[in-house]
Amino acid sequence: MQVAGTRFGSGVKRRVGRVAEKGRARDDRRVGWLFLAPVILGFLVFYAYPTVRGVWYSLTDYSLLNDPSYVGADNYEHLIDDAQFWNALKVTGYYVVVNIASQTVLALGLATLMHRLTRSVVLRAGLLVPWLVPNVTVGLLWAWLLDPDLGFVNHLLGSAGLDTTLSFNSPAWAMPLVALVNSWAYTGYTSLLLYAGMLQIPEHLYESASIDGAGELRKFRSITLPLLRPILALVLVVSMIGSFQIFDTVAVVYGGKAPIPETRVIYYYIYQQAFTYFHMGYAAAVAMVLVVILGLLTALQMRMLRASRSDLG
Amino acid sequence: MFSGLKIGRRAAWAVLFVAVVLTLFPFYWMVRTALTPAADLYRDATALWPQHPTLINFKRVLGLVDLEQVREAGGSGAEINFLRYTLNSIVYSGLIAIVQTFCCAMAGYAFARLRFPGRDLMFGVIIAALMVPPIFTLLPNFVLAKQLGLLNSLPGMVLPSLLMTPFAVFFLRQFFLSIPKEVEEAAVIEGVGPWQMFWRIVLPMSRGPLITIGLTTVVWSWKDYLWPLLVGKEESTRVLTVGLGVFLQQSPNTAPDWTGLMAGSVISIIPVLILLLFLGKRLVQSLNFSGSK
Repeated sequence: MQVAGTRFGSGVKRRVGRVAEKGRARDDRRVGWLFLAPVILGFLVFYAYPTVRGVWYSLTDYSLLNDPSYVGADNYEHLIDDAQFWNALKVTGYYVVVNIASQTVLALGLATLMHRLTRSVVLRAGLLVPWLVPNVTVGLLWAWLLDPDLGFVNHLLGSAGLDTTLSFNSPAWAMPLVALVNSWAYTGYTSLLLYAGMLQIPEHLYESASIDGAGELRKFRSITLPLLRPILALVLVVSMIGSFQIFDTVAVVYGGKAPIPETRVIYYYIYQQAFTYFHMGYAAAVAMVLVVILGLLTALQMRMLRASRSDLG
Repeated sequence: MFSGLKIGRRAAWAVLFVAVVLTLFPFYWMVRTALTPAADLYRDATALWPQHPTLINFKRVLGLVDLEQVREAGGSGAEINFLRYTLNSIVYSGLIAIVQTFCCAMAGYAFARLRFPGRDLMFGVIIAALMVPPIFTLLPNFVLAKQLGLLNSLPGMVLPSLLMTPFAVFFLRQFFLSIPKEVEEAAVIEGVGPWQMFWRIVLPMSRGPLITIGLTTVVWSWKDYLWPLLVGKEESTRVLTVGLGVFLQQSPNTAPDWTGLMAGSVISIIPVLILLLFLGKRLVQSLNFSGSK
């Protein structure tokens, strides 16, 4: 690698030297594209080409066994009458809202406490552990903790005299539990991102607020929250888009069986259509809807971020 | 007023302490269950420490005991080999992290520092791909892997993310933009070409961000499930996450084999935990970097 590097390096070297002498912008035409070559190859084959193919599949009837046959907008028309699709959207929306709300509030609290109390790396590393763990493991672990007969959590509830059983199989509890479990897994990570944002707030603002006799609550409201807004907005929207992609946890907590309707999220529905029923064309159409939703959310993100940047002045 | 402050601080510490306990206790319970003999599971469901601690669950998921012994100990008798899956996971995420970081660093450098026509347009196109949810490209990529005969092969598993992800390109470009131009200008006067500049000057300067993106990539690919499930489900290419899923499905219908599953779960996090122990400070601090971008 180094040999090749020196070889084409020397030719370009002379040219770069000459151009630089003239005081003009360098032209790295050949080297530039060489540097990009691996990434462009990966991009064309595994991002661009599949995207075009995905759009094409969404207009076809394709069972993976025969060749795709063009059916126009049929898949999209079918979507409108598909109650399961609407249910998947509804369930995902609920999950995103509950998960983001609980995760953000908790993370904001944790980050503030860390910011005002301690710089401990050990503490931060501890909070980061659930993020390191595969979602599959997280799902398994909580399926065990929430096991109706032997689960630790349900035993605790029992000894506290409550006769509620928390279970992923209970229609009322399933989705709130999935949302809480994922909040458990990602709150530490989110709180560290917010904490990092808080570190950028100048310390002297807090000092002068102290001199003016402001309490911690007041400092949080008048300094931390407003100055954190750009990062808070970024973290919020990024984790919102991430939340739409929930799959692993749901796929695992039911022991490999299909989830109950209350937790059949959009990713799972797409997976099921494509790989259980072999409706690849239809699955691609559902995925297209997800593309549109995420596109709109990204546009929203851009607007929020631009608005908050001007807030900072 | 000062005593009031102290009480407030104590309460705040108490809340932090509770948060850490809530975060880490489930892991303790995972380990505790993994050390419990399957037969004891029903007897002491809430005991904080197993009455007869054992390593049999670990031995069995690592394929170190024969199936007769496993059945005697109350396991489901399913054949499982987490040693193999761990190796597969290490190869899978290690390969992706190293190659991807290197290729994206080259591209990030070109986008940040080299001048050539079409550069900004190309960058814009790659960044636009950030908005496409992974499942949309996953469906056609699966068909592609199938048509190329890459199902259940290492190339089939790593190729889609081996060379790049739009995020890594974006992240590294942002960093290279922040390197002072003077460093390079001095080198250009010395007659250093672009490749040597990148390899000898820029890369060594960028150890921090490279480790950051490399580590993040390791963690994310370690956690990957859906893609390895689709293209690497067979024993030979199964990674840990897929192995856990398969193991769960093999459990008899009556009740999942919790002690075995928890032993497998512990194994699925040990390697990344080791990573955290050695590079924890780096990883924790790196969040400051990505958080501020």
